[in-house]
Amino acid sequence: MTEQVRLTVNGVAHEITVEPRQLLVHALREDLGLTGTHVGCDTSQCGACTVQLNGAAVKSCTVLAVQVDGGSITTIEGMAPEGGLHALQNAFWEKHGLQCGFCTPGMIMAAADLLAGNPDPTDDEIRHGIEGNLCRCTGYQNIVAAIREAGSTLRAGAPVPAGAQD
Amino acid sequence: MIPAAFDYARPTSLDEALVLLARGAGNAKVLAGGQSLLPLMRLRLASPGQLIDIGRIAELRTIRDLGGGATGIGALATYRDVLDSELATRNHPILATAIPMIGDVQVRNRGTLAGSIAHADPASDLPAILLALEGTLVIRSGNGERVVAVEGFFQGAFATDLGQDEILTEIRLPATPDGAGMAYRAIEQPASGYSMVGVAAVIGRVGDSIGYARIAITGAGNVAYRAMAVEAALLGSDGGAAAIEAAAAHATDGQVVGSDFNADAEYRTAMAQVYTRRAVEAALAAID
Amino acid sequence: MATDVLGARIKRVEDPRFITGKGRYLDDIKLAGMTYMSILRSPYAHANIRSIDTAAARAMPGVVLVLVGADIPYNPLPMAWPAGGVAGIRNNINTPRVLATDSVKWTGEGVAAVIAETVAQAVDALEAIVVEWEPLPVVVDAEKATQPGAPQLHENAPNNVVFEWTVGDKAGTDAALEAAPVIVRQRIVNQRLIPNPMEVRGDIGVYNPGTDEYTIWMSSQTPHIQRLLLSAFVMGIPEHKIRCISPDIGGAFGTKIFCYADMALCLFASKALNGRPVKWVETRRENYQSTIHGRDHITYLEIAGTREGEITGLRVKTYANLGGRLSTIGPGIPTTLYGRVLSGCYRIPNVYCEVTGVYTNTTFVDAYRGAGRPEATYVIERAMDLFADEIGLDPAELRRRNFIAPDKFPYDNPSGLGTASNGEKIYIDSGNYEPAMDMALATAGYASIDKAKADARARGKYLGIGLSTYIEVCGVAPSKWIGAVGEGWGAAMWESANLKIHLTGKVVLTMGTQPQGQGHETTYAQIVSSELGIPMDDIIVQHSDTQGTPFGYGSYGSRTASVGGTAAVKAAGKIREKARQYAAHMLEAAVDDIEVVGAEYRVKGSPEKMKTLQEVVFALDLGFSLPAGMEPYLDETAYYDTPNCTWPFGTHVAIVEIDEETGKVDLVRYVAVDDVGKKINPMIVDGQLHGGIAQGVGQALWEGAVYGDDGQLLSGSMLDYAVPRASWFPNFELGETVTPSPVNPLGVKGVGEAGAIASTAAVANAVIDALSPFGIRHLDMPYTAPKVWRAMHDKEARS
Ligand SMILES: Cc1cc2nc3c(=O)[nH]c(=O)nc-3n(C[C@H](O)[C@H](O)[C@H](O)COP(=O)(O)OP(=O)(O)OC[C@H]3O[C@@H](n4cnc5c(N)ncnc54)[C@H](O)[C@@H]3O)c2cc1C
Ligand code: FES
Ligand code: FES
Repeated sequence: MTEQVRLTVNGVAHEITVEPRQLLVHALREDLGLTGTHVGCDTSQCGACTVQLNGAAVKSCTVLAVQVDGGSITTIEGMAPEGGLHALQNAFWEKHGLQCGFCTPGMIMAAADLLAGNPDPTDDEIRHGIEGNLCRCTGYQNIVAAIREAGSTLRAGAPVPAGAQD
Repeated sequence: MIPAAFDYARPTSLDEALVLLARGAGNAKVLAGGQSLLPLMRLRLASPGQLIDIGRIAELRTIRDLGGGATGIGALATYRDVLDSELATRNHPILATAIPMIGDVQVRNRGTLAGSIAHADPASDLPAILLALEGTLVIRSGNGERVVAVEGFFQGAFATDLGQDEILTEIRLPATPDGAGMAYRAIEQPASGYSMVGVAAVIGRVGDSIGYARIAITGAGNVAYRAMAVEAALLGSDGGAAAIEAAAAHATDGQVVGSDFNADAEYRTAMAQVYTRRAVEAALAAID
Repeated sequence: MATDVLGARIKRVEDPRFITGKGRYLDDIKLAGMTYMSILRSPYAHANIRSIDTAAARAMPGVVLVLVGADIPYNPLPMAWPAGGVAGIRNNINTPRVLATDSVKWTGEGVAAVIAETVAQAVDALEAIVVEWEPLPVVVDAEKATQPGAPQLHENAPNNVVFEWTVGDKAGTDAALEAAPVIVRQRIVNQRLIPNPMEVRGDIGVYNPGTDEYTIWMSSQTPHIQRLLLSAFVMGIPEHKIRCISPDIGGAFGTKIFCYADMALCLFASKALNGRPVKWVETRRENYQSTIHGRDHITYLEIAGTREGEITGLRVKTYANLGGRLSTIGPGIPTTLYGRVLSGCYRIPNVYCEVTGVYTNTTFVDAYRGAGRPEATYVIERAMDLFADEIGLDPAELRRRNFIAPDKFPYDNPSGLGTASNGEKIYIDSGNYEPAMDMALATAGYASIDKAKADARARGKYLGIGLSTYIEVCGVAPSKWIGAVGEGWGAAMWESANLKIHLTGKVVLTMGTQPQGQGHETTYAQIVSSELGIPMDDIIVQHSDTQGTPFGYGSYGSRTASVGGTAAVKAAGKIREKARQYAAHMLEAAVDDIEVVGAEYRVKGSPEKMKTLQEVVFALDLGFSLPAGMEPYLDETAYYDTPNCTWPFGTHVAIVEIDEETGKVDLVRYVAVDDVGKKINPMIVDGQLHGGIAQGVGQALWEGAVYGDDGQLLSGSMLDYAVPRASWFPNFELGETVTPSPVNPLGVKGVGEAGAIASTAAVANAVIDALSPFGIRHLDMPYTAPKVWRAMHDKEARS
């Protein structure tokens, strides 16, 4: 048995045919080729698979593709404005908020949810806000700094530097 | 990592869902937010033949004012919805402070309160909170509707009073006495984030003494329970340190406290007492 | 030479792809015609396989191949570091087969594989395989496994002993302990850990029937070594017929150094499928069961000295649990990388260490971040605290009295810890331990800690402070030492670099090392930029593919900057020299008259006569006019074998608070002063320290692999194994001293492991300090709330 699923991903409408057991993360990675969303566990705990579903962060390994039929999804590939970077992406780069980069897309997507509801979080709020995301490389310190920095950039409404220049 | 294959149905009305569920005869499972069911299925610890996705049943999505400080929380209301609900958090402030302790942002964005109750994980937090709030559950099947108290609903680890053909449609939280203070305190098992022990307390004063006490504990027994002996000891007391300490000593009275490799029964028992005291103190401090 | 790029906090050049979701990790690769493999794993920790029935699985939808051990003619996996020790190297080596044939030795050993058109189909078919098992008795504890009557795992290893290995001066140490006025003994357990890189392991094997060549993408820290091991040792095919490629790696921490069964399995399956690509990616639970674990030592330590605090002897007996079969270099970790650094930064005149490597019905144990050195640091740093407590001396003061003095370097360990069996030595290259300790203590407020403790008591907390004045050995290693150390690694450990400057002046540096998140592409570019005066933007760093990179031993053991970095410096030096010779030709000057300033090649005394490197490259690469004997093109390869290891050191101070009612331990402050020599990119260095500290703290407070007596891994998923989360840590406070290493021209030492090596002991010492009011002198990690509560409670009950 298969099902037709319509999804808007990063602003682009797609229609895919999936088995009901297909997880959203696999639909994104395998059917749509959006491999920026990662899988780091099998118990819904690492958050590497975090995407935004209708504006809220969710673990795409714990959502069936069929469940989100008609939904709108943003993945890490859809974060950056044309030719630039999202404030979070830029801040992760500036603050060395990543090492191997495997947790990074999920971290950024979870952080976006946090900043949307709490534009000026304390360090403590940031640390709790990313408790659904594991990072084994950074000890989290620079991730916290990056999210703090992105918050202040977004609050200031300052344009985010385009491209990859220092 | 990948669930076994299953059939999928996405009814748009409760009646339709109930028909499908009855037809599924034990082989079908309700899917709400999926935050408990899908992890089990991914590990193939559960392999239902059919999932009935209730996620599009608009009538289940509501958070309703039942009047006089009571609230109806529909089966599809997520933790996030409840946190965002001015009504629910005003009527029952414990929800605003306790829900952020459950899971993480992503889980709270998807997971429903009803799903947590129906799933009945003995380590989950919400059962204690609902017991202390004296919640009731609205349950529907093809045969009609029944309303049961949360108390008595849990029958064991992952076992409830819910029949295979029934859907939990609403959690009803009655008004708490005016001026009552409420709090939830828990010590978590670090790996899973679930509670090793969690205690919910709703306390009201009459004059200088405690006139109202509802204490419920999760994680210590094989189901969450009302700690009646603690409540009895608190009622009429002055709510001072000694009284609370003495009451908290009864936290696990009558319970068979469980052990696992994370924490043994002796520790859980001790923590039930410590966290009962802390929850009661916090509830008292929250009385306005 | 431009020096400003060296030492600069330059943003990483690899980051743009990662922050935009354009990294390319193994599971992101999809090839035409790809099939997917899933492995059936043993549910028993010890059992004979009576039969395997795969008929039903073969008939399942989408299944293209089902394999069992008997189908695969390959050799067992290689053992590259058979620690022999006193008894010599014996025939007691047992390594996994590609799939188990007769028996399984741990829960999770692979017994069959299904290859199907989709992952889901492969997983579905696994459930249809029927194995008839004969369960056998199980032992999971290394010490118990050596006792008479314990279940026996392998016929060739009586009492489950893999090796008995010793280092140091037995007679001298026995005598020193005999004579010492004070001796403290303690049994300590360094618990087993599951490394948990966020990306699990995986491979894609592709066989080309047209060329008889194999290609494998692997999440590996050591593609060159794997090519050698797979071809010559496992599969029996020519080395040049295999190409190994490591794509972006999502963290490794040692786990991806080794040769694993799945690698050969994917290649075998692809060949059996006439060249269809076969992808295998483990699940996290498989990762917990069948990718290596770390640590797992039971140690009896004895430390002796005078009442005044002079340490005179250290005697250590360790049981090292190596699992059901051996991983690639499992025996090397608790021997060379452990016993040889046991005396830390102290001048202990007599040291002796005995290690028994043991088989148990558990997952194999091998190098996990720090590998041997965290275990050694834990032993010596706990021992120092135990001794200080015994004689009533401040632990910092005890350390101060026993530090190797700064004028004693290079320091040759008197008990011979640094001396290989062939007489080759390594020395502690440099050190100046007191300033780092003083700085850390001052930052942490050590002098006023009693007040902090009193304040904490008023809040219902027990506060404790702990230090770890660690050293580590990194920049591994001189080949003649490591290769000939007797018990040693059966290979050399030099590194390689190839540097090309193309016609347009763009630079390609190709390395044999292999990043896993450490920012090599940035760091190496900084080195080359500094050496040649070329902008960072004009340099690209390549690695990870045995086709097109020079042979290298890979990245682990904090060796990349010191050994690989020096190879890059050498390659740049060769380039500079050739460019200088060509500039002389162009400028019609003598070579000796050409001086190099950044990218300018000037005639001494007449600076207006000069050529830029770009001008030199253009002409030289074209080769229209070459001096006699000079070959065209700027393309140089350098190999570098380090003359010694490098020895970072520092002091880490942890402050913890323990809730008196719950036993919950909170890390409230963490101060680290590290001396890692010169820093090429301090931002990256700090990041390495943060991550290492977090992992080491994780061991002390939360992490532990737990087996039931039946050999089931109770901490078998992330639900039961606590990978630390952000909210459990404070901000780490970093400080530094800089003692450049004299070993290499960059003056660097290494930093990948330092944090993990130092922090476990610091936190452990802090927790024990906090518990000292209870009369507790030692408690085994991890300090979970239930365990600490139990310890406090038992003592309370007793008093
Ligand atoms: C990473 C993670 C961390 C978590 N941490 C915590 C924690 O700290 N504390 C805690 O308490 N919980 C925790 N949870 C569990 C979470 O609270 C529950 O998974 C969630 O609330 C369940 O709701 P759901 O809508 O997702 O239910 P589902 O997963 O969809 O369903 C769960 C079960 O309930 C049944 N069901 C659902 N809705 C109904 C209904 N209306 N009528 C009848 N049956 C129904 C389903 O058939 C299924 O058996 C965590 C979960 C995850 C994934
Ligand atoms: S993959 Fe780990 S939470 Fe989704
Ligand atoms: S950067 Fe490697 S897991 Fe976070």
